[in-house]
Amino acid sequence: MSTDPPNAVPLLAVQGLAKHFPVREGFGSRILRAVDGVDFEVRAGETLGLVGESGCGKTTTGRMLVRLLEPTAGRIRFDGRDITHLRGRALRPLRRELQIIFQDPYSSLNPRHTVGKIIAIPLQANGIRPPGGIRNRVRELLEIVGLNPEHYNRYPHEFSGGQRQRVGIARALAVQPRLVVADEPVSALDVSIQAQVVNLLRGLQRDLGLGFVFIAHDLAVVRHLSHRVAVMYLGKIVETGARADIYQRPQHPYTRALLSAVPDIERSREDRGRIRLEGDVASPLEAVSGCPFRSRCWKARDRCAVEEPALVAREGREQLVACHFPEPAPAVSTEEVRGEPVAG
Amino acid sequence: MPQPDREPDLADREPAPEGQPPYLTVRDLNVRFRTEDGVVRAVNGVSFSVAPGRTLGIVGESGSGKSVTGLAVLGLHDPRRTEVAGEILVDGRNIVGLGESQVRRLRGRSVAMVFQDPLSALHPYYPVGRQIAEAYRVHHRSASRADARAQAVRMLGRVGIPQPERRADRYPHEFSGGMRQRVMIAMALVNDPALLVADEPTTALDVTVQAQILDLLADLQAEFHTAIVLITHDLGVVSQVADDVLVMYGGRAVEQGSVAQVLRDPQHPYTWGLLASVPTLRGDPDADLTPISGSPPSMIHLPDGCAFHPRCRYADRTGGRSATEVPPLLPTGEPGHLVACHLSTVDREALRGTAIGAQV
Repeated sequence: MSTDPPNAVPLLAVQGLAKHFPVREGFGSRILRAVDGVDFEVRAGETLGLVGESGCGKTTTGRMLVRLLEPTAGRIRFDGRDITHLRGRALRPLRRELQIIFQDPYSSLNPRHTVGKIIAIPLQANGIRPPGGIRNRVRELLEIVGLNPEHYNRYPHEFSGGQRQRVGIARALAVQPRLVVADEPVSALDVSIQAQVVNLLRGLQRDLGLGFVFIAHDLAVVRHLSHRVAVMYLGKIVETGARADIYQRPQHPYTRALLSAVPDIERSREDRGRIRLEGDVASPLEAVSGCPFRSRCWKARDRCAVEEPALVAREGREQLVACHFPEPAPAVSTEEVRGEPVAG
Repeated sequence: MPQPDREPDLADREPAPEGQPPYLTVRDLNVRFRTEDGVVRAVNGVSFSVAPGRTLGIVGESGSGKSVTGLAVLGLHDPRRTEVAGEILVDGRNIVGLGESQVRRLRGRSVAMVFQDPLSALHPYYPVGRQIAEAYRVHHRSASRADARAQAVRMLGRVGIPQPERRADRYPHEFSGGMRQRVMIAMALVNDPALLVADEPTTALDVTVQAQILDLLADLQAEFHTAIVLITHDLGVVSQVADDVLVMYGGRAVEQGSVAQVLRDPQHPYTWGLLASVPTLRGDPDADLTPISGSPPSMIHLPDGCAFHPRCRYADRTGGRSATEVPPLLPTGEPGHLVACHLSTVDREALRGTAIGAQV
């Protein structure tokens, strides 16, 4: 998983993608910049982890990718084709290649349909006639996601949260997509169940060669599922790179703070070595000059208030950082390096 | 149900700093609800104690009985549908069976609470300062409105809300999630309670804000010497803020002890399972996680014997006892460290290494 798949043409290429929502306020209206110009690529069979805190724009980005939201600006290319403004009939073929898994396994399944029907609908809607018939294909899919194929005729309420999430995954896989956008697919699950679904997704990456955009706030989960990671803050990507670089050599102060804030079983109460960020995320309603993170950054100086840092590579690496004063390259601590292969 | 010997639990517990007696002692707590589908046996014989200035973390998955335990300590169960048995001693006084008006006098004054979702716990219609002032006046009848407001503003400042004088006049929706949780904490602590029950206080918050709130709770505890019961599903949070841990499964305590004992020297296969299934920032990111198979039990039809046995990888090593006999909570040998498991100590020592792998 540590080496990049050789395929050179990106499956998904996103450029300058933005989504601005008008927000009515009193007599006027303001612009909420949910996503404010992001660029990234996902290669076939690769998983890009999109992480950030609430309001950073990761979910909005995911919804634009699968055309559930109309972008305000920018361009989305799938397999070289511009899909930014596809709609209606033209969207159909894309749906076969690009699917989404939602966070809430309770509200994302129709309670009046059997799971068999829920999984069959995307096949029927796309006019797919599997060789052994739809019923057989659905049974096969249930088996792939670790559910009993005999439960074909059961309703969603008869399943636990983890099992429902498996149904949602089977539905996404039904049309044999090449890319799946998974929006917080495990965050509503109990810890013991979460591990089951994480392993299932890892197996699908391996066995089906699927590309994933994995959207999550949990950095530890993202680490177990992603080849590359993009960290978002206030609608922008502030750092992106290979997993090993982001987790072992984070260069943006925000990435460092995020990693440092994750509660760690091995760290005890007395250990206060972590970085304390002051304040909350600034409102995406306020137009921020300069660096979006500067209001919480301990390194911020005058330059950060006037000049917005560009997302650029340093030292010829594939790791891009949007910061005027990035961290030096060495690892944060020797402990974090332990056990991870060092990417070249 | 065999009754485990309760005495070692309280007697062998390592003494709290300054040797203070526990402020909260719960003995053999049982909570049942009557529902249309049957009787929910939410808590089945749980015992623990918390001394002033100490934090007990209650860990479990959904349906483990951890929140029901917290609500019982607060006397918040509806007596018409709920059966609460056992003893809940708050400062030596048993609150089980007390009338609503007597419990209400304790609640907010001696015992306060912080919930996961502050937006539903705060009234949307009143400014936050007024709500905190009201909480103060309930227990300080003679306080004037101006006094109560001054207390509210002081508390808002104390929990780190900037410009507390101005922000006191704002409504809950005007605060961010983290700030709202600070307001909740200010309201909970305005009467200087000796015991705080916090049920998933940071679960809805972003990690950087969670870190702030956990630090704030620790600072306030050091200052006010509050006893805290922290209910959470997150072992990392427990590791960072708790002194003692109670791991619940199927309404029972399966393991209990200090943080060092339970997290660094875990003895119950369920605790092993939890530790191994949580993804971390360390270890091999390319290795599969080790999940616990199956899903949590129904609290209406709890499995016979050990509630965890249908999911336990080692259930077959107990000679069938795990399916028939509820394992008693017994000392492991370490003072204060208790485990409810049929496996022999020798078996547990041998199995543990492979069960949690390189995680611990």
